Amino acid sequence: MMRRLWHEFTKGIFQENPIFFIVLGLCPTLAVSTSINNAVGMGLAATFVLVCSNVFIAAIRHFIPDKIRIPCYIVVIASFVVIVEMVMKAYAPALNRALGVYVPLIVVNCIILGRAEAFASKNPVLLSLADGLGMGLGFMLALLIISAIREVLGSGKLAGYSVASGFEPALVLSLAPGALLILGLLMGGIKWLKSLRS
Amino acid sequence: MAKILAIVISNLFINNYILFKFMGLCPFLGVSKETKPAFSMGLAVIFVLLLSGLMTWTVYQYVLLPFGIDYMRTVVFILIIAASVQFIEMVILKISPVLYRALGIYLPLITTNCVVLGVTVLNTEDFFAGGSAVTGSFFYSMLQALFAGLGFMFVLLLMSGIRERLELADIPESMDGLPIAFIVASLMSLAFMGFIGIKI
Repeated sequence: MMRRLWHEFTKGIFQENPIFFIVLGLCPTLAVSTSINNAVGMGLAATFVLVCSNVFIAAIRHFIPDKIRIPCYIVVIASFVVIVEMVMKAYAPALNRALGVYVPLIVVNCIILGRAEAFASKNPVLLSLADGLGMGLGFMLALLIISAIREVLGSGKLAGYSVASGFEPALVLSLAPGALLILGLLMGGIKWLKSLRS
Repeated sequence: MAKILAIVISNLFINNYILFKFMGLCPFLGVSKETKPAFSMGLAVIFVLLLSGLMTWTVYQYVLLPFGIDYMRTVVFILIIAASVQFIEMVILKISPVLYRALGIYLPLITTNCVVLGVTVLNTEDFFAGGSAVTGSFFYSMLQALFAGLGFMFVLLLMSGIRERLELADIPESMDGLPIAFIVASLMSLAFMGFIGIKI
């Protein structure tokens, strides 16, 4: 049992990483990865929603009629997103302003609906919890990698502290084209590493 | 008049939803391999945007605001969008089964297309101030919905044209597929940044 739990937890972080391998949830990934602070905020918010909705859906999976399961999942997810929205507005207004419209958009993050449909609707509560936590952390890890590269190269800072002294930051990397470029290069690099191994 | 023009230009070019806000990237990468499905996908998104823009504005103005439950915006809007997608799916199936088959899996997926929820949420933020609608709010909201959809379709068509040519290009194996699509999108985004200088 413990081994199974551990397997479900780690698969989301590495071999089934939602961003790099399954390519879901790109919209928030690219939009908020301008700085590490935003990335951590978005990662935590999405992980919270993912874990809660996974647990809740796994708990009520026998009561959801098969035909209307997707609307049911969306309502559950949206309710948790509203909770995140209200908490963030009350306790972290600066983060809320920085993330802006992407906080309500967590509802349409395909990772969350995808895990509800592919995992939580078929598995017991504890396994779904491990799966949600792993996937959430995997999402956050990918966000952190992308945002660290963009923040250092784009503005010469890391988590708000100045780190670059010898080079001129390339502003374009912290703008929209840089996000697409970095993700494209990272995905190409990962594909290349994989082809080296096999 | 200046505000109308500002909304049109901003939604089409300067703040393009795909290239600058990254909303709707999944269909952008998924359906942009050929021009024809890209065109139908764009049309479907415009339908859904207009219908859900109309309904969410009405519900926000006449139900959520008067009862002071505007914090329920996210839940209510996503339900309205899911319902209008279902409705449009039924209409298209009835009118044109060919188009229905062409849209395939992507029609139900519009529900989780960020553009639709994003535009409706932005409408309530841009055209409502201090808990009540600004003058011409409804008109501006519909205009924003229409031109967000047109901007989405425009970029989708451009991308599908590029990717049709890309099929013939000799690309390093590890960059083939999604990675090169991202880099093409990045270059398009860079080109579109030129529109930022427009003074209206």
